[in-house]
Amino acid sequence: MGRIKLEDLRKIREETKKKMDVREGTYEYRIVVPMGTSGIAAGARDVLKGFLDAIAEHDLHNVIVTQTGFMGTDVIQPVALVEDREGNKVMYCNLNAEKAKEIIERHIMKGEKVKEYVVSTPLE
Amino acid sequence: MMEELALHIMDILQNSLAAGANEIVLDIEEDEERDTLKIKVEDDGRGMGPDELSKVQDPFYTTKRKSHVGLGIPMFKWVAEHCDGHFSMESELGRGTRLEASFRMSHIDRPPMGDLSGTLLSLVVANPGVRFVIRYRGRGEFVFDSKDVKEILGDVPFTFPEVLRFLREYVEKGLGEVRRAI
Ligand SMILES: Nc1ncnc2c1ncn2[C@@H]1O[C@H](COP(=O)(O)OP(=O)(O)O)[C@@H](O)[C@H]1O
Ligand SMILES: [Mg+2]
Repeated sequence: MGRIKLEDLRKIREETKKKMDVREGTYEYRIVVPMGTSGIAAGARDVLKGFLDAIAEHDLHNVIVTQTGFMGTDVIQPVALVEDREGNKVMYCNLNAEKAKEIIERHIMKGEKVKEYVVSTPLE
Repeated sequence: MMEELALHIMDILQNSLAAGANEIVLDIEEDEERDTLKIKVEDDGRGMGPDELSKVQDPFYTTKRKSHVGLGIPMFKWVAEHCDGHFSMESELGRGTRLEASFRMSHIDRPPMGDLSGTLLSLVVANPGVRFVIRYRGRGEFVFDSKDVKEILGDVPFTFPEVLRFLREYVEKGLGEVRRAI
């Protein structure tokens, strides 16, 4: 079995492009994962990877994931911010890869806030 | 505190991102003969002057709000030196920063590399505006340049499931072929 070639991505692009035209290239949700040192030590990378794996698994085209620097406070890391097209924001805390998957399956796929993981303390 | 070298790498590259880098080069080399592992990072971010450069290697320095102590660099440096390795950092204001850490591969306290492909995929996908050039040398060489991916994808987002599945397989297999069990 040979190494897969980057060129194979070209075919994928052509097929995906068609789907994108239908959707006008817009997304409904944006997930931001802050990556400060304390967040990384507490598992922020695995949370981000958990979001990506769940997006791949459920074949979702309505969400993008980005990262930023430190946000929140050390004790509630890892955190993630979910923002919808209207600008409504929900901050989740003390996450792990499984919880990230659950947020995808409930918040992104069904539009329901996952109350159990929402930050209860106000942020500065 | 960080159980994987791949997490230190994640953290160190966050500094490059915070410094506004457009291009980040990560070079990892396993040298079996010399029993060393080398990790190099080079960025074109805002850089640091000589004073700041010496202060950041000290565990009680950070340019961020005072409530938060910068520990990323001191921790990485400590681990390298503790594992019979070296740590060095060069920087120039307005030009960028270069960092190199080495470890004695067989040192009992050397953290395992861990989920390097997870680190790389997270960085590349979640920072589509930044060019990451990744070079891993072990049993062979694996080179990944996110600019090539971007050129092929055009306006198709990195976060599309088809792209994610491809990149995951591409990076995992590519690294898997050259990485020794470290
Ligand atoms: N690649 C870099 N380019 C510019 N400045 C850097 C870079 N790496 C580190 N620094 C500076 O060193 C400081 C300390 O870094 P670090 O030890 O990682 O702690 P923190 O990122 O939490 O501040 C940073 O806040 C930043 O000012
Ligand atoms: Mg840092």
